[in-house]
Amino acid sequence: MSRFNVINSRARRIDTPDKATGRAVFIDDMSLPGMLYGALVQSPVAHARIVGIDASAAAKLPGVKDIVTAKEAGMIKYGVSPARYDETLFCHDKVRYVGDEIAAVAAVDREIAQEAVSLIKVEYEELPAVFTVEEAMAAGAPQLHDEYPGNVCAEVHQEFGDVEKAFAECDLIRTTTFKNKRQDAAFIEPMGCIAAYDLSGRLTLYSSTQVPHYVQRTVAMVLGLDVGRVRVVKPYVGGGFGIKAAANSGEMAASLLSKRTGRPVKLTYSREQVFMFGRARHGFAHTMTTGVKKDGTLMALKHECYLDGGAYSSFGIATVYYAGSLLGGPYRLPNMKYDGFRVYNNKPACGAQRGHGGVAARAAWEQQLDMIAEELSIDPVDLRLKNMMQAGDTTCNDLNMSSLGMEECIEAVKDGSGWTSKKGKLPKGKGIGMACGFFVSGAGYPIYRSDTYHGTVVIKLTEDGGTALVYTASAEIGQGSDTTFAMIAAEALGVPLSSVRLASGDTDMGVDLGAYSSRQTLMTGHAVKEAAEDVKAQVLDVMADELDVPADKMDIKDGKIVFTAGDVDISALRTRYIKEHRGWIDNIEEGPLTFKEASRIAYLARGSIVGTGKYKPPELGGKFKGAAVGTSPAYGCSAQVVEVEVDMETGHIKIEKMTDAHDCGLAINKTSVEGQMHGSLSMGLGEALYEEVKFDEKGRVINSDLAEYKIPTSLDMPNVDTIIVESDEPNGPFGAKEVGEGAIMPTIPAILNAVYDATGVRIFELPLTPERVYMALKKAKKKNA
Amino acid sequence: MKKLITLTVNGKSHEVAVEPNETLTDTLRYRLGLTGTKKGCEVGDCGSCTVVMDGKPVNSCLVLAMQAAGRTIETIEGMETEKGLHPLQEAFVEKGAIQCGFCSPGMILSGKSLLEKNPNPSEAEIRGAISGNLCRCTGYQKIVEAIQSVKSE
Repeated sequence: MSRFNVINSRARRIDTPDKATGRAVFIDDMSLPGMLYGALVQSPVAHARIVGIDASAAAKLPGVKDIVTAKEAGMIKYGVSPARYDETLFCHDKVRYVGDEIAAVAAVDREIAQEAVSLIKVEYEELPAVFTVEEAMAAGAPQLHDEYPGNVCAEVHQEFGDVEKAFAECDLIRTTTFKNKRQDAAFIEPMGCIAAYDLSGRLTLYSSTQVPHYVQRTVAMVLGLDVGRVRVVKPYVGGGFGIKAAANSGEMAASLLSKRTGRPVKLTYSREQVFMFGRARHGFAHTMTTGVKKDGTLMALKHECYLDGGAYSSFGIATVYYAGSLLGGPYRLPNMKYDGFRVYNNKPACGAQRGHGGVAARAAWEQQLDMIAEELSIDPVDLRLKNMMQAGDTTCNDLNMSSLGMEECIEAVKDGSGWTSKKGKLPKGKGIGMACGFFVSGAGYPIYRSDTYHGTVVIKLTEDGGTALVYTASAEIGQGSDTTFAMIAAEALGVPLSSVRLASGDTDMGVDLGAYSSRQTLMTGHAVKEAAEDVKAQVLDVMADELDVPADKMDIKDGKIVFTAGDVDISALRTRYIKEHRGWIDNIEEGPLTFKEASRIAYLARGSIVGTGKYKPPELGGKFKGAAVGTSPAYGCSAQVVEVEVDMETGHIKIEKMTDAHDCGLAINKTSVEGQMHGSLSMGLGEALYEEVKFDEKGRVINSDLAEYKIPTSLDMPNVDTIIVESDEPNGPFGAKEVGEGAIMPTIPAILNAVYDATGVRIFELPLTPERVYMALKKAKKKNA
Repeated sequence: MKKLITLTVNGKSHEVAVEPNETLTDTLRYRLGLTGTKKGCEVGDCGSCTVVMDGKPVNSCLVLAMQAAGRTIETIEGMETEKGLHPLQEAFVEKGAIQCGFCSPGMILSGKSLLEKNPNPSEAEIRGAISGNLCRCTGYQKIVEAIQSVKSE
């Protein structure tokens, strides 16, 4: 029996009846009177000087209402991190990738807008282009940005402890290099927006975004509008996974076109444009050298990483830091050296995707740890347990594990998968592998340097009493945050979930940094809880006055006022309430005083009852450069065991079973927690086996559709055993922390380790396509022959 | 040049003027206001525009409105009854089979189509029936469970 009334349950989500019936409104389901349709003019070449733009034919096309280029948009630089604002809305001097935006049009319908795009003649003087890290870093390589010589967008050099000294004390030192490939997040709903600039000079932007707050700031900055004159409203969003966690050019272009035409402008991306826009997981090349003692004690990690960054920074500054910092845990690692380089090239920019920066690094290292375990004849499970941090430990790079259910997770997947009876005992072609991982429960600092609260929440009780209205600017993007916050509000206020109504995703409702870095449950959750407690205290305060009972001798539980110091005569209050509702047939005549009655009386005494809540983390992390990236008030963690069958003739891999345990602190909604685990495993499986954004020699994406860019289908995903581990997180609301990203961390390395167990061959490059596996098996056979 | 056609959608007959190259998805969404049918790729890869035409699930982005003239079309909006959600919709809600919800209308219609032909499908048959509907959020497991849970009803 749970000690809670609402949370820690399997409550039905509040948004899914609308989603099941087609009533839920997504951006392309909306239209406004007089709406125009916007379209982007994008570069067909990867690197070129813009010699001239001739829009005269397009301007003459009947139905075209406006055309904007850099001349109209201005040259204000934007990006994700203020340290690297390296984009302008439209290119003015040169284009840097196929898809770079040059102009936009607004017309009375979609077809005319598209035709106008085709009529805009851009003259290019092509420049030599670079498409790989190696090409971009070669001596004399063409430069993308004058400000960043050598095409190095960002570099990181960190050392904690003394790696070389530690290596001198090691019994075994191993080096491996590992590569993943650029991803596409492949959310099913492409980006889109409607911008509506009104007669009083205010802009309302409806957009499929994860971060209304950051979009508000970026659009205001680029358009030169006061932030207070821009309102961003998020309808339901069809997935984001990181790519919708920053303002996109479509949002800015539509806003500019609406401002100029005075009419609403809708601009949606096609699936091909989603691929061209990029901003998903980087391609990483990791070289790691790990040193251990004979008994398996981890001593040091020396780590070098190169990121295939694409034409602009996007989230890349954070990415290159995360790729190093997220190896600080969950094992005790006293010495760590990291050198990271994010490199520009003439492909779409890469950005953040589920497990930001840490997924490929985790895969590389967890495979290497397995190799070391084998050399030392230690079971991979035991090697991990031996080195595991404990709750309260701090990593060498100053990340504090305020709770850490890692051991429980490992034990759970070990038991749940039948590890002991299978490891090393399966027939050739079948294998079992395991891995661990962890992730932040919200970035410790905002993307722009600020003392801002990370979340503010307002709860207002309806004046009739009985309903709590929760207003939050947080972003429901499918993960279930609306339900989570309604549940937290109901629990903290002491009412049933049905007494809470919630509105979210609107910058008018407050500040919320949005749905990224798995931050909302912990951070927005805190603010919701505080606002609910505020409202509750106000109601009880009025009750104290009215009933002459001390407020601390009262509580609200399951919608009823509870008196803890003996019976209280409530008849006078009840009579007052009933008098306000003469002739109503549903008045309560007997029984305990209800929340509905109490909140009505509170309104009569004080006017509208409004409570507020806010949250920002305390100062976190060390003092070194880049110390902020990786900090969080809490960390979620995961262990996984995967079983595979590999066809030794064709190299085809079948994932037979996945067992995942995740420590999410207290699970607010267990069904939603499992949903995040399932989704993480599915995305990890896709990245391990199938996914790679491919380019031709001109830098054009050649698989810019969901047929050739393969994500897992229902036939590719096995049933997954998901085990929820609940540690008590001291920094989380009711002890809750993240689940959305930590769960993806072990998936890829668990698959890699299982493939090795099945075949005896290590593979150091993703994805594990049949061709790559076949070639690796063939090479190993030749070597052994 | 627009053509006047008659579409039977969710048991109701509609006269609509459509372009010869207009997809059924666009007609449903933009002319009839039935926006429960989603657009994820417009080339038949993702399945989010799935509708049931003459009893068979189809990608409505691969059907021209003109081709649908005279046929019976069922969209997600036609599934609710006076009593509320259809049992399969109810199961999707109850089992947590919906996250972002963008694939859900198509997914539910594929599931419903299967159950009408085969009231007691195996897990493999369910997975086969929804294999043309991509979902990036759920890993499909709770969707399969939801369809399974109503199979014997």
